[in-house]
Amino acid sequence: MIPAAFEYVRAESADAAIAQLVEHGDDAKLLAGGMSLIPLMKLRLATPTVLVDVGRVRDLSYVRDAGDHIAIGALTRHRDVETDDLLARQCGVVRAVAAQVGDNQVRHRGTIGGSVAHGDPASDLPAALLALDATFVVQGPSGTREIAATEFFHGFLETALSPDELLTEIRVPKAGPDGFAFEKFNRRAQDFATVGVVAARAGGATRVGLINMGSTPLRATAVEQALAQGASAADAAAHAAEGAEPTADLNASVEYREHLARVLVRRALEAI
Amino acid sequence: MKIGMTVNGSAQEHDVEDRTLLVHYLREACGLTGTKVGCDTSSCGACTVLVDGESVKSCTMLAAQAEGVTVTTIEGLADGDQWHPVQQAFHEHHGLQCGYCTAGMVMAAVSLLDEIPDPTERDVRLGIEGNLCRCTGYHNIVASVLAAAEQMKSTAR
Repeated sequence: MIPAAFEYVRAESADAAIAQLVEHGDDAKLLAGGMSLIPLMKLRLATPTVLVDVGRVRDLSYVRDAGDHIAIGALTRHRDVETDDLLARQCGVVRAVAAQVGDNQVRHRGTIGGSVAHGDPASDLPAALLALDATFVVQGPSGTREIAATEFFHGFLETALSPDELLTEIRVPKAGPDGFAFEKFNRRAQDFATVGVVAARAGGATRVGLINMGSTPLRATAVEQALAQGASAADAAAHAAEGAEPTADLNASVEYREHLARVLVRRALEAI
Repeated sequence: MKIGMTVNGSAQEHDVEDRTLLVHYLREACGLTGTKVGCDTSSCGACTVLVDGESVKSCTMLAAQAEGVTVTTIEGLADGDQWHPVQQAFHEHHGLQCGYCTAGMVMAAVSLLDEIPDPTERDVRLGIEGNLCRCTGYHNIVASVLAAAEQMKSTAR
């Protein structure tokens, strides 16, 4: 399979990438690691006419202590996230989730920002960042703005990013090395989660992100409310599928996904 | 567009379409057909090569993204007549049946042992999860990688 023809442009900086996006508008697409976009292009489900490669914008690859939060450059590869000592100490959940994305080959190329900007409800990191109440920093032609993770995911592969904006940084709280649980259920090694759950404790509250339970990554709001009112893990987990709208596919029916969500949330809450 | 990179120690430069995938650049422009196309959907890992020493699936990377990098394919592993320890171990431990996945499996193993020189069996099984063997010969593949790790450790001493 070969992608439809396009013009390849390498951007050496965030500013250069945004200038390309302004020039080409909707016809252009940003390429980071390419682990999601290139398969879509090979299937001709995505057919950008200009591909702006930001993969070598090195100054967007970092993990930094920014005082009250940890700042992760959008082009930091999954491999660099999963082996980062600062994240292991200060926000262990991001490190642990990145370590289970795809396989070694995928983690050598794929980036945290690419995963977020792609907005796939089946991806692990967006749900984890949602559970952490992360903030995304995006840069456009008129400057930068911050978007809360809870406001970022609008629909299937649709986000709050404008066509001329580049995600530059992900900000996560200092949630510590522990205090989280990640349950990823799939039937084949390296596969996307049939359903996944990330539970994270930060600032005294437990928050729960759901993977593959709707058209966007989701928060299990009803579970969080039940926990806040003192419900046990088992009782809170019974609410896991409330408000979710999972789809049926080859791997699972709607009912099975809802069942998995309840079981996995219970396991996560018991483990945390 | 003209795309140049170093492949197995040799400078390559070829005029290819922007949309050319790295695997096609290697097989068709460079003539290095040791790297296989298996599933073509970044699942099977048969097309695994090393880019700057790290395993990647060359069916899911554009040749343009590899401009200027160093690529190693299965053809570039041996040192003259001397096989790489991973190749030797696959030979000795019968780490292949039909052989189609082998080039990718060996390259994934080389990258894995570079990152984890002293792996447990579990490390190896997780480390090659991106490579599928349709003969399901995983038992001997894992044994081969573990044997190669032992061999490489003793040589390094």
